[in-house]
Amino acid sequence: MKSPAAAAAVRAAGLAGGALLLAFSAACRRTGAPAEPVRMWAFGREGEVVQQLLPEFTRRNPGVVVEVQQIPWTAAHEKLLTAFVGNAMPDLAPIGNTWVPEFQAIGALEALDRQASASGFLTGADDFSGVWDTNVLDGKLWGVPWYVDTRVVFYRRDLLAAAGYTRLPATWAEWRSAMERIRANSGGKKYAILLPTDEWAQPVIFGLGRGATLLKDGGGRGAFSEPSFRGAAEFYVSLFRDSLSPVLSWSEIGNVYQEFARGTFAMWITGPWNIGEFRRKMPAELRNSWGTAPMPAPEAGTPGVSLAGGSSLVLFRSSLRKDDAWKLIRYLSEPAQQALFYRLVGDLPARKSAWNDPALANDAAVAAFRTQLERVRSTPKVPEWEQIATRLFERLEPAIRGRVSVAETLAALDADVDAILTKRRWMISRERVRPAQAAVSRPGDLAAGLRLATGDVAR
Amino acid sequence: MRARGAAAAGRPSWRRAEARAALMFLAPGLFIVGVFFLIPVASAFLLAFTDFDIYALADPRNVRIVGLTNFAGLLRNPVFWTALRNTLFFVLLGGPLTVTVSLAAALLLDAKTARFKSFFRTVYFAPFVTTLVAVATVFRFLYHPRFGLLNQFLRVLHIPTVDWLGDPRWAMPAIVILAVWKNFGYNMIVFIAGLQNVPESLYEAARLDGAGPWRRFRHITVPMLAPTFLFVGVITMIGYFQLFAEPYVMTRGGPLNATLSMALFMYQQGFRWWNMGYSAAIAFFLFLLILAATLLQLWLQRTRRA
Repeated sequence: MKSPAAAAAVRAAGLAGGALLLAFSAACRRTGAPAEPVRMWAFGREGEVVQQLLPEFTRRNPGVVVEVQQIPWTAAHEKLLTAFVGNAMPDLAPIGNTWVPEFQAIGALEALDRQASASGFLTGADDFSGVWDTNVLDGKLWGVPWYVDTRVVFYRRDLLAAAGYTRLPATWAEWRSAMERIRANSGGKKYAILLPTDEWAQPVIFGLGRGATLLKDGGGRGAFSEPSFRGAAEFYVSLFRDSLSPVLSWSEIGNVYQEFARGTFAMWITGPWNIGEFRRKMPAELRNSWGTAPMPAPEAGTPGVSLAGGSSLVLFRSSLRKDDAWKLIRYLSEPAQQALFYRLVGDLPARKSAWNDPALANDAAVAAFRTQLERVRSTPKVPEWEQIATRLFERLEPAIRGRVSVAETLAALDADVDAILTKRRWMISRERVRPAQAAVSRPGDLAAGLRLATGDVAR
Repeated sequence: MRARGAAAAGRPSWRRAEARAALMFLAPGLFIVGVFFLIPVASAFLLAFTDFDIYALADPRNVRIVGLTNFAGLLRNPVFWTALRNTLFFVLLGGPLTVTVSLAAALLLDAKTARFKSFFRTVYFAPFVTTLVAVATVFRFLYHPRFGLLNQFLRVLHIPTVDWLGDPRWAMPAIVILAVWKNFGYNMIVFIAGLQNVPESLYEAARLDGAGPWRRFRHITVPMLAPTFLFVGVITMIGYFQLFAEPYVMTRGGPLNATLSMALFMYQQGFRWWNMGYSAAIAFFLFLLILAATLLQLWLQRTRRA
């Protein structure tokens, strides 16, 4: 069975195979060659916009070629993990700062202390301490904050004024009375606040406000049943049970901007990305009828606390071009680039000096964020946090609907969390990971930060 | 090799040479099956008995053998039961619906009075070969609560509109509609092939005996299509048990886990939380479920024929 055609086919296949092998070995050899670009992954809209900052970088660093790959946020986490397993990591990427513990735990990140302190301006002094702290694990710095975010209260000034308040109250008790009056003013037809039931941020913010540590034993067990969090959870649940907030998950809300404009609810705890959305989507007659305010505090005299969110630039340990990749991180972290990035995409700068830019300093809606960012606290720095947070709102929902008591639901939550953290406890007992430092609330520091912040922001 | 050689020693040498040649021809195929199928399947099976997780990525020594813990944890996890219920709902509603729709389409296209047959065959088959992501995007428009075509249609008929993908009660039915529309074309082609193999003489004889259209369908078409039914039923069911891309693209498992399928749950555990051991246990369970359902279907078909 050896026809000339078959023989030719075999030869062709052999040639093709050989060519493939050659191409493959060439691809392998290329790694580390001088013309290799610095590969950056960037997620969502930032991935598109960051390219506009690059020409200046290339001008300053003629030898360095940067290649940005855009990846949607929804796929970011999975992509990074699979790339780590497949040994196909980029050189650098901005990652959500809650992911830092996870990528640090798997050994994907390079510590940045040496380079950061050599830079002169990335020492933490020009940063919001709560956000900076999310990047510090085991006493080392693993990421440089790129942009920051937190949650504040967006509210309808007109509805609050109709209830007799010129500004958002600063304590939970007064805040609650304001909500009750808003609800009464609408004849019980509308709501005071929107707290989507499938979001963990709100109950966690209330918990952090009451000084809850959320986890205990170095991040080995849940601490949701402890009085600090239980008090916060009771406050949160009561807002639903007293019909101050509708019991709605995100999918049931529909068009949230339209509902806000209609006054279906008068307040909403959300992040800086919504400043732009509100400006675009609120009808003209409401343009001056909404405002932002920092989170109220559980008691008078203490500052309200919120989440230390944001995105951090990290350098991956597998990178073969660490020096050039660091140059890019350093460049993107410069206050001037940060201010420019804010103008391009609306992400709040991590460097405080960048906030002197007129676009930020003269913006009243942004001022609440400036104040809030001085009093933010990080969620527990354990790789399992997102899993725990997801379980948190799943467990709270039956309590919101009144099917179980808050105490029962928190006990069940702690049991779930202890199960999720089983492996971590084993790792701690074997000393393969270090126990997470409990995020200690330091009211003195926070109050000092508050004074500083209110003095700083141009009003 | 030695044992093989000894066994073949008695045979004439040309047969041995032939066997060696056969082995050589098979070798590439066996190699590929081994590397890309047998080894992954075996390692996934072993993975199900470990707690391979994010810490194991840092250091393989962090993997522990945990026996059946993953399976026990699975049975205690309410989300697992939700995923199982959703998957069964999808299979039990979507499967028969797909088979019925594809049979109806096949009967219409096989009818003697039908015109433009090849045109309609192509049109009905087109969804099956269209990329799901594109289809899902279009369906998201169709399902849009305010501007969607479907709700505008309902409004015209004065029927209350439905938030198709946002309402936990309607999200799964919406996925079923998409899946039926997307998949019936393939089954339809198989049914048409089956219908063309039914001898015309049987229908003629039945007509002479006075059998109406319904009785001809019931007593000739259906029995003659039995092997086709089995094929279509098993293939559709196996495919539907692995429901993944539709909810992944359209709802990401929401709202309130209403469209979370077993395969999506497995994906989330594996690639979102990186609980690979746990995820492998789900895969193993899904495999057993599909195997059991297939055997049940084969057994039903056999008893019906006997």
